[in-house]
Amino acid sequence: MTAAVFFGCAFIAFGPAFSLFIFTIAKDPLRVIILIAGAFFWLVSLLLSSLVWFIATKATNAQDLTLQKNLLIFGSIFSVILQEVFRFGYYRLLRKANEGLAAISEEDGPPLSVREMAYVAGLGFGIMSGAFSMINTLSDSLGPGTVGMFGDSQYYFITSALMTLALTMLHTFWGVVFFEGCERKRWWVIAVVLCVHLMVFSLSLLNPFYVGSILPVYAIMLLMAVWAFFSSGGSLHNITLLWTCRKSNAETSS
Amino acid sequence: MSTSDSEEDSYNERTALVASEIPSVPSYQQDPDQPQPADMEPRRRTVAPEPAAEPPSLDRSAVEREPVDLEEEEELPLKYGAKHVIMLFVPVTLCMVVVVATIKSVSFYTEKNGQQLIYTPFTEDTDTVGERLLNSVLNTIIMISVIVVMTIFLVVLYKYRCYKFIHGWLILSSLMMLFWFSFMYLGEVFKTYNLAMDYPTVAMIIWNFGVVGMICIHWKGPLQLQQAYLIAISALMALVFIKYLPEWSAWVILGAISVYDLVAVLCPKGPLRMLVETAQERNEPIFPALIYSSAMIWMVGMANPARHAEPTNQDTGSSDEEAHRSEGSALARDWVEPETQVSSGMNRSYSTEDDLDEEDRGVKLGLGDFIFYSVLVGKAAATGGDWNTTLACFVAILIGLCLTLLLLAIFKKALPALPISITFGLVFYFSTDNLVRPFMDNLAAHQFYI
Repeated sequence: MTAAVFFGCAFIAFGPAFSLFIFTIAKDPLRVIILIAGAFFWLVSLLLSSLVWFIATKATNAQDLTLQKNLLIFGSIFSVILQEVFRFGYYRLLRKANEGLAAISEEDGPPLSVREMAYVAGLGFGIMSGAFSMINTLSDSLGPGTVGMFGDSQYYFITSALMTLALTMLHTFWGVVFFEGCERKRWWVIAVVLCVHLMVFSLSLLNPFYVGSILPVYAIMLLMAVWAFFSSGGSLHNITLLWTCRKSNAETSS
Repeated sequence: MSTSDSEEDSYNERTALVASEIPSVPSYQQDPDQPQPADMEPRRRTVAPEPAAEPPSLDRSAVEREPVDLEEEEELPLKYGAKHVIMLFVPVTLCMVVVVATIKSVSFYTEKNGQQLIYTPFTEDTDTVGERLLNSVLNTIIMISVIVVMTIFLVVLYKYRCYKFIHGWLILSSLMMLFWFSFMYLGEVFKTYNLAMDYPTVAMIIWNFGVVGMICIHWKGPLQLQQAYLIAISALMALVFIKYLPEWSAWVILGAISVYDLVAVLCPKGPLRMLVETAQERNEPIFPALIYSSAMIWMVGMANPARHAEPTNQDTGSSDEEAHRSEGSALARDWVEPETQVSSGMNRSYSTEDDLDEEDRGVKLGLGDFIFYSVLVGKAAATGGDWNTTLACFVAILIGLCLTLLLLAIFKKALPALPISITFGLVFYFSTDNLVRPFMDNLAAHQFYI
């Protein structure tokens, strides 16, 4: 039973991200590097925010549970803000690197377009975020044990996997939208992404009331998917072309 | 258990991140006194435009090609840089995966039964924290001194051309790795999974594994098989270190060895640097035997061995391909070098039939780097059982490797591969273990998702 839960949750949480990696990223070395660097940036942001949280908890009374929970929430909000800051920082770094590469490259133009980088960077953030949320839970799901003995929900594993999937995809979409917004100098996009991220976090505060958390998060994910699609150059025309299986010269896939 | 000297030697030899571009290191230093670097440059760009180039006319063509060379010189490494990074990411990842998988499943390598290597004689079973710290620092000093002495000894041997001695030493150490350590490993895996096995079968398996390994590493063999064996022995060595190095000593040793690596490769009188320079003067590749090479073209062992098989004097070393040359003996420490391949001389003449452009220039990484990266990640996996820490160290090491290769592409000389990666790895290990772990555990317990 535990193996089934392990494999099921692993595939739910990481399946789409893994397939995206295999089909769109693995073949191009530059994309792999940008992916791993994106993961690294997310990791650094997490590190700094957990440092802040750690200092806060050590400085206060460990016995006061409500205080600790509030500190956790505060730490998480700070982490969300820091993640978006690092996303912006990564955008600046990639722009600089791209300009550098373009200047010395033999071909005209940079080797990677900003949209590709946006997608890869977003996926990098998403994969790392998902991995950090889910890996320990997954490894526990293999071991002997029962979930939900002390009044906790029995659906812990599957809901964790679903949330992880949603977060991974959301990070990807946020990456696309964010970079596009920065490219076009639309700074309100950054603010919107930050707010949506905070909203998703706040919805997860409702756990274990899963109806209230998972469904809205998935709704937000779908909305973000649509936004990212249109933001990266997709249009209804492209979709109709796709459906009617006609290829056009102008069709580009992000 | 006291390990034999050859283990230490093999460990020494392996801690070398070798840049493959030995002779042609300063590629764009306009040094009219040194024909060699100029030689190498055309080779780099050679590829398609130079199908008719012949080895004897190296110098002439080199001179002609120099002016054109310069701008393109800069682009090519950067253009192919990403590919080389991935060519190293894959084996490093594989080695780490093997080590982590073993650590998590075979408990033998995490059991401490009080036995230590003779190089770390001070025990960490002390009463106070201060004593423990002192003991680990002393252990580190002893270990590093042993390494320094061995390295200097090897440089001296190399300088005085005692190739046979080095060759023999290398063979002995790889014999030990391939037969003894893999036998132990196999035994422990069988014990973990409770598989019954008889001695004749094991003898057959180990014999085949070992002999094919010796052939692949020291003589000729398919490139991928050779790479697989190098990864396997690095993983075995890393596992031995994880088992026998005491906790705190291991971390201090990792730190100290990165510093030593930095010093040995970059200081003018550093042993590794002297090694590189000596090899350059002699126009030989450095110690190919214990260096992982990502190059894809092997002249001997390819379709027309007869044609390629006449080694001219300058090609002696290179023609057998890096992997096969054991004369080199991994002296050194860890460096990364872009691969120039002395064999490029030969390659140029065959460039019509092979598209040597990209394949020609791989990157080489010393096995010691594999070992120490895996030790770091393995220790992260062994202590605590937290996967986040392991993952964080893994990403940190890869990013460090990426940065090192970037620096390599910029500076084009032998660089130490350990410092940046190990520093990142250590920083991330300690911070993730102490700061991120409680944070993420709390979040997971409440199912908050950031």
